[in-house]
Amino acid sequence: MTALTDRLDQAQAQGRAALIGYLPVGYPDVERSARAMAAMVEAGVDIVEVGLPYSDPVLDGPTIQEAAEAALRSGVRVADVFTAVRAVVSAGAPAVVMSYYNPMLQYGLDRFAADLAAAGGSGVILPDLTPDVAADWLAAAAAHGLESIFLVAPSSTQERLHYTVAHTTGFVYAASLMGVTGERASVGEAAERLVADTRAAGAARVCVGIGVTTGEHARKVAAYADGVIVGSALVRCLLGHEDEQEALAALRAKVAELAEGVRSAR
Amino acid sequence: MTESLQEAPGPYFGDFGGRFVPEALMAALDELTDAYEKARIDPAFTGELARLARDYTGRPSIVTEAPRFGAHAGGARIVLKREDLNHTGSHKINNVLGQALLTKRLGKTRVIAETGAGQHGVASATAAALMGLECVVYMGEEDTRRQALNVARMRLLGATVVPVTSGSRTLKDAINETYRDWVANVDTTNYLFGTAAGPHPFPAMVRDFQRVIGVEARAQMLERGGLPDAVVACVGGGSNAIGIFDAFLDDAGVRLIGCEAGGHGLESGEHAATIAGGARPGVLHGSRSYILQDEDGQTIESTSISAGLDYPGVGPEHAFLASIHRAEYWAVTDAEAMEAFQLLCRTEGILPAIESAHALWGALRLGRELGPDATILVNLSGRGDKDVETAARWFGMLPEGNE
Ligand SMILES: Cc1ncc(COP(=O)(O)O)c(C=O)c1O
Repeated sequence: MTALTDRLDQAQAQGRAALIGYLPVGYPDVERSARAMAAMVEAGVDIVEVGLPYSDPVLDGPTIQEAAEAALRSGVRVADVFTAVRAVVSAGAPAVVMSYYNPMLQYGLDRFAADLAAAGGSGVILPDLTPDVAADWLAAAAAHGLESIFLVAPSSTQERLHYTVAHTTGFVYAASLMGVTGERASVGEAAERLVADTRAAGAARVCVGIGVTTGEHARKVAAYADGVIVGSALVRCLLGHEDEQEALAALRAKVAELAEGVRSAR
Repeated sequence: MTESLQEAPGPYFGDFGGRFVPEALMAALDELTDAYEKARIDPAFTGELARLARDYTGRPSIVTEAPRFGAHAGGARIVLKREDLNHTGSHKINNVLGQALLTKRLGKTRVIAETGAGQHGVASATAAALMGLECVVYMGEEDTRRQALNVARMRLLGATVVPVTSGSRTLKDAINETYRDWVANVDTTNYLFGTAAGPHPFPAMVRDFQRVIGVEARAQMLERGGLPDAVVACVGGGSNAIGIFDAFLDDAGVRLIGCEAGGHGLESGEHAATIAGGARPGVLHGSRSYILQDEDGQTIESTSISAGLDYPGVGPEHAFLASIHRAEYWAVTDAEAMEAFQLLCRTEGILPAIESAHALWGALRLGRELGPDATILVNLSGRGDKDVETAARWFGMLPEGNE
């Protein structure tokens, strides 16, 4: 059990899904990204997903790519992710890191896990790693009490659902559609089925991400999932505003809209 | 007797290779692996591929003695394996026909591909036209400028070419964008991967489709008096090199030399020589291999005059062959490659691809080291028609006002 699962279960006890908000560390700089994450917590996000920018983000669409590229250009480093995690935790929310594999691998898997645990982080979401090749990471995560959150997708076979669920801790991340992160007009219809199938494969907690853009989307997904994950729609608030106060105001308004959606679902 | 190194099945080559991809692609890669395992031993598949190789590509490709070029290589005997004479002008067609046939077997109707120099894109567009498949090619915006002629060729063949504007706007970003397309369209779409890198089954499968180069060349050398002392090929992702190396892997007396792009020189830091430049291992584009990266594991952009070698990774089997010292990897700078390029044009009347010119420099260097008794087989992976403008600019041959 970590702060992450406690919070998910707490939302569950309140009869609602949790709201999980993603922002990349380092956009537009490390301090401002940390303040934006704290602002999301104040505005009603239950859990923050702290993104680590990577040069080759194959699972990200244009919005997150743009922010991540800008963060890399302004010199963000792997260790900055722990600064952001600390800011989230002191704002009162659990933090999970979302990272592609190579930056973690080069930092050193055990060192990464140790530093993340020391910063108060709860775990890692692994978009380009499957349990098939994650033995080294799983050992490091277990040694430091971290959750390892793997993804399932509408294309996952029954066999793979069982396999992935068996190796996942914290929650299973169900991709709502076949595609990359980014805002969409609607949430994929495959999502509800996938959540049911993932539960049937043994998952205790299943959160849905990719494409959730509006309060209405959040409401729909919150009706059947344990958590609703929103990324691009939040990043968009920062991309659209140079001025920090304006950006934070847009971000708070978006979080409020999503939090309202999550609370009106059931 | 030691175990054969030939036709290693993957997914791992020593510590290298594997399959590091999003879950969304796992089902498709499993399906592809399964289909390929069956196809490679199915006479209907291998027979059709052999027929296409003969009647469409023009195989077997010939070998050509290059004595006037050899005179500049310490008098060594230089033999060229002429993949430049294949239909579409490079070795890339060997791989693409295999993967396109496999696409038909999978019942898919759309193919996507990344391309750097445009040769793999042209080959993919060609195979798609031949087999009635829809084709979309992703190409870094920077490369669409460097290789404008190939962009037009792909469009003439009916393919859609999408310039990629993310990241460094070169081959690595084109690969990222092709992955993104694949994740979204995997039901209908097969990814024709252009080199012997990426997640399993691509490194082994692409090697198998390119293996014909070495099988033919080895027999051709034996007919002409015996095995060569060395086989030299250029290495981008490594498909033409592994294709010619594989049949020689168990011939302990044959040196295998891969020539990576040294760009502005290793000491400048601006190059694409992943192995020769001493890069650390990491995970990029689905497999574990050597990659150009900074301390944080962020990929470093590569530099080369040759768009086809301008890639910050290298196929995992090359990483393995380097680690066991079965093959050597050298860095060849832009200037060295262009010197070899011009020399082959003028001594033999053959205009090579700039990629292949890196291997030609390797042969010049090795010949000067070994002297006139040596026989060196060079994989001439492609022809230089696509590179005329780049070369003319390099040598200051463009009409004034055009430079
Ligand atoms: C003629 C030619 N040779 C070599 C290469 C490099 O690829 P590989 O290392 O996979 O053979 C290319 C790639 O575009 C090419 O066009």
